[in-house]
Amino acid sequence: MSNGDPGELVLRGRGIVPGVVEAEALVTRDPISGFGGIDVATGTIIEPRHELYGVCFTGKALVFPGAKGSSGWSGFFQSTRLLGTAPAAFVFDVITTKAVLGAIVTRIPTVVEATPAPLDVIRTGDLLRVDGDLGIVTVRKPLSP
Amino acid sequence: MRLTDEEKRMRDGAEGGAVAAAMDLLIRYGEALGADRLVDTRNVAGTMTQPSPAKAQLVREGGWAKAYAVINLDSDEELDIPRMRVPTCQLQHGFSDDAAGLTAYTTQSIELQGDAESYFSERGVNILATCTPYQVGNLPVRGEHCAWMESSAVVYANSVLGARTNCEGGASTGAAALTGKIPYWGLHDPANRFATHVVRADTRVDSFQDWGMFGYFVGEVVQENRPAVIGDLGQPDLTDLKHFGAATATSGGVELYHLPGVTPEAPTLEAAFGRGAVPEPIVYGEAERRWVYETLNAQGSSTDVDFILLGCPHASLDQVAQLAYLLEGRRLADGVQLWVMTPRALRAMADRNGYTRTITRAGGHVLTDSCPAMSRAAPPGTKVFATDSAKQAHYLPAILGIEAWFGTLEECVDAALTGRWRGGLA
Repeated sequence: MSNGDPGELVLRGRGIVPGVVEAEALVTRDPISGFGGIDVATGTIIEPRHELYGVCFTGKALVFPGAKGSSGWSGFFQSTRLLGTAPAAFVFDVITTKAVLGAIVTRIPTVVEATPAPLDVIRTGDLLRVDGDLGIVTVRKPLSP
Repeated sequence: MRLTDEEKRMRDGAEGGAVAAAMDLLIRYGEALGADRLVDTRNVAGTMTQPSPAKAQLVREGGWAKAYAVINLDSDEELDIPRMRVPTCQLQHGFSDDAAGLTAYTTQSIELQGDAESYFSERGVNILATCTPYQVGNLPVRGEHCAWMESSAVVYANSVLGARTNCEGGASTGAAALTGKIPYWGLHDPANRFATHVVRADTRVDSFQDWGMFGYFVGEVVQENRPAVIGDLGQPDLTDLKHFGAATATSGGVELYHLPGVTPEAPTLEAAFGRGAVPEPIVYGEAERRWVYETLNAQGSSTDVDFILLGCPHASLDQVAQLAYLLEGRRLADGVQLWVMTPRALRAMADRNGYTRTITRAGGHVLTDSCPAMSRAAPPGTKVFATDSAKQAHYLPAILGIEAWFGTLEECVDAALTGRWRGGLA
């Protein structure tokens, strides 16, 4: 990749699910709940108090702090894989059994504990390359209109 | 991750393909967590029988073996599923035949689940069918390594019982059941069990409702951390701590709390922190209490209530008895449904004591196995429901698109008898 591109920012962390994918970022500072938090049939956030309420994550690189709520978390995201509504990648910071197992069974490239902090530098709409093999997230800002 | 010879043999297929797939999942999972080994467990609480559209499709393609392989082992291999290696129970799942006809929940789903029960009970899974296994005979002892899911059961097992489990999921419990292993990480390690925060109640916490509201606040402020809670607290009982823990794991992700003088790993506040310093407390005062109440009641605008849901987490025998006492000789208002969810083993006791008959005569239903949130089904036409559970008030509006009121058992029963919500914060 074009390491020298000044428009690119490289975050280094730990890859926990292998694979490489490019996708648009969907960023939230709110932790995500599986059970009661997402609708697996449509791939949308349904928790009323969530800042992404009503937003679809299908095909997006979901950048979030971590998982909260029920232990159904992994099963709910696994269902998005089986129903074709899964995100394209996960980037998160807080390591919990829910989020880690969820990433594994969703089978999407996942990078955790990256530096600089993903929530500080990634914005919704940025183009991400999430490399779960090497634990690297490359951020490209969208071109200004 | 370091593996024992036994674990390597399992990984390499000496005990069959399903055990090998289970070990492969545990290794991927343990390495992703950053664990350096697995630990033995003989107490697994997971879920295999709950129907879902994705699972129904897998069963059509390859029976329950395929559903277990994909969902509980994350494997696309064709596997024979052997008997579970260690004691394993099924947590809450979908509605069973006692709820047939009460909702739009389909007979096909009820039958599919019955089929799953046959398949998995033949393989040694105890169908406890409750979110509260600790109420019906699965009571781990202090220090016991478990692999449990169901956030409200996990926080109860860790905090009240002093057992050691992380909040596992369908795949990790599926793999643990076939291997008797789970990553030694997180709350399995005593070094990770000390408190991180103090939350102090400056307003009295002494009723079932108080404990639920306090828990909702604690979860909100500590998220996935480990709080020690102190202050103006009455002596809690099983139902209070069942409600409190479930609420902390709803607004946040609490898997272990300490209640100095009550829970086993915190004889004192200082002991809850080990050798660490005790931080400044986060205060739960009257304003915070009101915030919780208003948050849980922000999802209701119509006071015409048509559904009352009690028993989240599944009601204790005492809760069923209290409900029966309040409904004795009364009759629900026209058009109002009242359900209380309880483990099937406790319903047998409620039947024996006459509680079921009293509740049924009043027009209510004592149901088992599930809840409206798990089964995504309420009585047809429900627009506004009321509950005494902070957890159910939080989740059900999002899941079913209905309005919610949160109050005391007495307020819920009043709504059931009048069809009107008249609750308020005392």
